[in-house]
Amino acid sequence: MDELFRNVDWYEIGLACLDTLLMLGGSLLFTVLLGLPLGVLLFLTGPRQLFENRPLYAVLSLVVNALRSLPFIILLIVMIPLTVLLTGTSLGVAGAIPPLVAGATPFFARLVETALREVDRGIIEAVQAMGATTRQIVLRALLPEALPGIIAAVTVTAITLVSYTAMAGVVGAGGLGDLAIRFGYQRFQTDVMVVTVVLLLVLVQVLQTIGDRLVLRFSRK
Amino acid sequence: MIEFHGVHKSYRVGDRTVPALRPIDLTVRAGEVFGLIGHSGAGKSTLLRLINRLEEPSGGRIVVDGVDVTALDAAGLRRFRRQVGMIFQHFNLLASKTVADNVAMPLRLAGELPRRAIERRVEELLARVGLADHAGKYPAQLSGGQKQRVGIARALATEPKILLCDEATSALDPQTTVQVLRLLAEINRELGLTVVLITHEMDVIRRVCDRVAVLDKGEVVEQGPVTEVFLHPRHPTTQGFVQEAEHVDPQACQEALARAPGRVVRLTVLGAATYAPLLGTLARETGIDYSILEGRIDRIKDTPYGQVTLALEGGDFEAALARLRAAGAHVEVLR
Ligand SMILES: Nc1ncnc2c1ncn2[C@@H]1O[C@H](COP(=O)(O)OP(=O)(O)OP(=O)(O)O)[C@@H](O)[C@H]1O
Ligand SMILES: [Mg+2]
Repeated sequence: MDELFRNVDWYEIGLACLDTLLMLGGSLLFTVLLGLPLGVLLFLTGPRQLFENRPLYAVLSLVVNALRSLPFIILLIVMIPLTVLLTGTSLGVAGAIPPLVAGATPFFARLVETALREVDRGIIEAVQAMGATTRQIVLRALLPEALPGIIAAVTVTAITLVSYTAMAGVVGAGGLGDLAIRFGYQRFQTDVMVVTVVLLLVLVQVLQTIGDRLVLRFSRK
Repeated sequence: MIEFHGVHKSYRVGDRTVPALRPIDLTVRAGEVFGLIGHSGAGKSTLLRLINRLEEPSGGRIVVDGVDVTALDAAGLRRFRRQVGMIFQHFNLLASKTVADNVAMPLRLAGELPRRAIERRVEELLARVGLADHAGKYPAQLSGGQKQRVGIARALATEPKILLCDEATSALDPQTTVQVLRLLAEINRELGLTVVLITHEMDVIRRVCDRVAVLDKGEVVEQGPVTEVFLHPRHPTTQGFVQEAEHVDPQACQEALARAPGRVVRLTVLGAATYAPLLGTLARETGIDYSILEGRIDRIKDTPYGQVTLALEGGDFEAALARLRAAGAHVEVLR
């Protein structure tokens, strides 16, 4: 065992895991906090929806698409000044979170928009016919009805964020990705590479399983 | 109760405006069950949805209980909508909420009743629609008929004065349809609710409606009491609906009529007269022979009726007609 993983410093690995989890948790939290309202806004202002607003929808759509078309690795670098402004550093977990959020929010918002579109129009109509305000329609009908879809969106986003955190390692964010690149790639320590990759795989697997369970738990169909 | 004054509606499709409803004048009386029948695309849903302004009219006025609905502002409209229940062809229940929570929803949105009162009201409503044992279930666990009952309970939650039904039974099998229609009739009777229902089946109209309007290509082509419109349809569209409901094959009828000897009359009796021994008496008193070419005895809502086509031979034809009319029958001489 020791022979096989000669170069693996398990303490380092542990720290890297923690960093990855912190980056993931922090960025997922902010992504959901920002992306959910953005997704709702995209939905509401979209064609033939409650607050149809072509100019606003066009602008939001453009911004979202622009951010999504930007390769994440570029975003990481472009964002450095803004990140320093926000967190005081561009390094470590804190320095990674702003670009991660910027990269994942548009993606998540689109998924939320799609999940909301899946809600049967008839349900919105029925709630309108009860005399609901738009706020009530969103909070009491749309979001609860779309909950399984939104949970699935969070799951997909979390998994995307895992691979983003690995990339963020390149610009000094730390975490498993950083370890894989510094030791596994640059120093040819294949054993470190294998361990980090396996850990990332396990993380993705766990996230997907939790997500699937929750979707099932909240689906009443 | 509900008055349409020159209400019309057009949709914009691309850069064209397509008329869905021609100017319509219509009055629904308080406490009645008013039916709207028409083929697919006739504009039934549009007309119904104009009442609670799920659809904005292109022009005209809709007055409900003296209030011009078309002039209400957003808050006024929300208050008004609580006085109008609505049920749908596909039920439109929230899949994420239990039966009880679905029924409670309009009350919670209104935010006027305390929690205990809402719970009591929900219990009461579920008992009324016969679903007291299903409060904790989710819609996906119910049959179509049960879902529609939940829809009805939900629509009644805020004690509305008006109930709008958009093809409420079209997704149900015939037996369930009858049960749901009975429930609607019962609610109308016991709560004095005004019901407007739309359908494309004359049978639904016959079972529950007091009055009916026939909609064809965005226009009301015929309206009146169901006993009148159903038994003496004038517009071809209406005649088509009645024949469909009665499973009458117009061609077969024509043939039977052509082969029949003597004179041919259609006899319509309504109410208690339906069960009087009219034909036997007629044959005995006027010496006329009759054969029944086609006919039925049934009910329009609570009113029994009979409508038969007879071939009459021998005896005194004019005396027979007079005798039938004297007995309260409506007689049309077909040949
Ligand atoms: N949102 C819309 N945009 C454009 N045209 C519409 C719209 N809604 C309805 N129409 C048109 O208006 C007409 C009437 O539609 P409506 O839904 O009222 O018919 P209906 O009698 O309820 O038919 P069905 O029995 O199929 O439900 C149809 O020709 C339809 O194509
Ligand atoms: Mg319709």
